[in-house]
Amino acid sequence: MLKRVHFRRSYLPYLLVLPQIAVTLVFFIWPAAQALYQSLLIEDAFGLSYEFVWFENFIALFRDGNYLHSFRITIVFSAAVTFSAMALGLCFATMADRVIRGSSVYKTLLVWPYAVAPALAGALWAFMFDPTLGIISGFLKTVGYDWDHRLDGTDAMMLIIVAATWKQISYNFLFFLAGLQAIPKSLTEAAAIDGAGPFKRFWTIIFPLLSPTTFFLMVVNVVYAFFETFGIVHAVTAGGPSRATSILVYKVYRDGFVGLDLGGSAAQSVILMAIVISLTVFQFRYIEKKVQY
Amino acid sequence: MAELRLDNVIKEFGEVRVIHGVDLKVQDGEFVVVVGPSGCGKSTLLRMVAGLEEVSGGEIHIDERMVNRVEPKDRDIAIVFQNYALYPHMSVRQNMAYGLKIRKFPKQEIEQRVNDAADLLQLGEYLDRRPNQLSGGQRQRVAMGRAIVREPSIFLFDEPLSNLDAKLRVQMRVEIRQLQRRLGTTSLYVTHDQVEAMTMADRLVVMNAGVAEQIGTPLEIYERPASIFVAGFIGSPSMNFVEGRIAADRQSVVIGQDFSIPLPQVTDAIQADQPVTVGLRPEDLHLTQESPDEASLPLTVDLVEVLGADTLLHGQVPHLDTLIIARLSGVPQVKNGEVVHLAFRPRRLHLFDRDSGKSLYYGQNAA
Ligand SMILES: Nc1ncnc2c1ncn2[C@@H]1O[C@H](COP(=O)(O)OP(=O)(O)OP(=O)(O)O)[C@@H](O)[C@H]1O
Ligand SMILES: [Mg+2]
Repeated sequence: MLKRVHFRRSYLPYLLVLPQIAVTLVFFIWPAAQALYQSLLIEDAFGLSYEFVWFENFIALFRDGNYLHSFRITIVFSAAVTFSAMALGLCFATMADRVIRGSSVYKTLLVWPYAVAPALAGALWAFMFDPTLGIISGFLKTVGYDWDHRLDGTDAMMLIIVAATWKQISYNFLFFLAGLQAIPKSLTEAAAIDGAGPFKRFWTIIFPLLSPTTFFLMVVNVVYAFFETFGIVHAVTAGGPSRATSILVYKVYRDGFVGLDLGGSAAQSVILMAIVISLTVFQFRYIEKKVQY
Repeated sequence: MAELRLDNVIKEFGEVRVIHGVDLKVQDGEFVVVVGPSGCGKSTLLRMVAGLEEVSGGEIHIDERMVNRVEPKDRDIAIVFQNYALYPHMSVRQNMAYGLKIRKFPKQEIEQRVNDAADLLQLGEYLDRRPNQLSGGQRQRVAMGRAIVREPSIFLFDEPLSNLDAKLRVQMRVEIRQLQRRLGTTSLYVTHDQVEAMTMADRLVVMNAGVAEQIGTPLEIYERPASIFVAGFIGSPSMNFVEGRIAADRQSVVIGQDFSIPLPQVTDAIQADQPVTVGLRPEDLHLTQESPDEASLPLTVDLVEVLGADTLLHGQVPHLDTLIIARLSGVPQVKNGEVVHLAFRPRRLHLFDRDSGKSLYYGQNAA
């Protein structure tokens, strides 16, 4: 138990958290409440009238093949992005941890992608994979693969996975590197003397000791893949071809702002909100109970 | 069981040379302690023996094998680190078994060895705990256990007791020494604590700035320090040093202007009028009445420290601005500011060359 220090009652603490509360209220609580409310309504396309329909929007969603499809591809997409971004981040961090000379240059370069806006990252990859002009698609053509993410749904999915992964590697890299550097060097030395080779050391000592970091990053990456990839999808494929890359967060936008189905779109965002809240709760629970080494 | 031999071992980090050619031979079953101030290169030396640090020059032999380029795991050594380096995510049992598992020992044998080690170290009831559920002394024992289950031919210790409190340190140092005697394993032990070094070592290596200044049994080193550094480092409180000069007839050494100490023997190592540093251990000084027959030094007492069994007098010899400490047994009646006379047996005198710091002369047995 931490000892608590008691201060005299004062308004100062409230004053200090006021801006934060105001921001949360205006930019989160209020829109969330609006979404919740809207998800229970059906509105006509011109916004002239609406009807209170309880959970009809939600029921309709789960009967809608398109929505279920979107759910499925979102799971595939986020699993692929989370796994590859974490695997690569860990791989680079492990290498950077060994580098002594020039390590700061290496680290700086690896961190740059994080500073690139999602839409720009998307545009960048869309250029490189452009079926007619792109260098990578050009290269693929020479090895006999006819790349066209504008027509082929699988190619399109691969492309947004690559773009989303690329952008997230930096973040994972930083956390993994910090995690690795927190592991005392003498542990790996002890393991080396105990007879473990580099791979054995990694899997039996380092990887288990990184597990708190790994878990934290897993939640962060899933949340990222679910919610923060809108810009990438919008810039690269716009959900196409024929809904092949219309992941949940993109579908919310499509249905709401393009399809003008406000009730359905609101219901979708409520579901997304529920997902992120449960992920966050899960994470906090775990971190509280986390084994302290 | 093995013999360890270092031949002119050198270590450089980039341009900087931190170990300047160390020669050392550790006999089979011997317990050798490397002692020296912080930063003198003790850990670096040990890590080269372990194979954790590359050797820049010279050769390291374990038995007849040159191991400079041998992987740590193939050197048949075990190391106990200062911070113990226990695997935090494994139980005590798993920590001890790890090395055996990796070396693919049969399950039964692993279990047997871990249990034996646990019995030996009284760790039986903690086998299923994690390191963070153990006290410092218990962790220390687990680190020992991990080293002994492998039955290596050499143990290496890098300040294994420095994270323990004073009392536990005394207890553990006895335990380590008894264990090593029982197992008869050749050991190299690094510490900066000279008491630890004196009490544990079969032989002692006193290191200073990457050089092994003297190698010998603890008593040899105490009685015949080879240099000012060794003399000052071993013994507590440190040896007193006073600037002096050999008299023209080489029969005595003159301190300041008035004090002349007769030398028991005349040797060729000293020359007339040679500037020297005179060394006297605090415990070799005792109180006396002023008398013309005995060599004695007057001391103006600045501070009296009563330790119980002993008393330390700090003070200055008039006209010499050197601080002198005397260690007297019992509790003599001395007050601050008083002038007392200190006598010593000339046989306990040490003389060092003022420039090189090398020992010239021991009163006990002229060099
Ligand atoms: N990796 C390294 N790169 C450069 N210099 C190093 C490195 N490791 C040690 N040194 C230097 O080598 C010298 C000896 O270091 P070492 O760790 O062996 O000292 P030590 O005698 O073990 O000291 P302590 O009692 O504080 O542990 C020091 O001056 C240190 O700065
Ligand atoms: Mg050290």
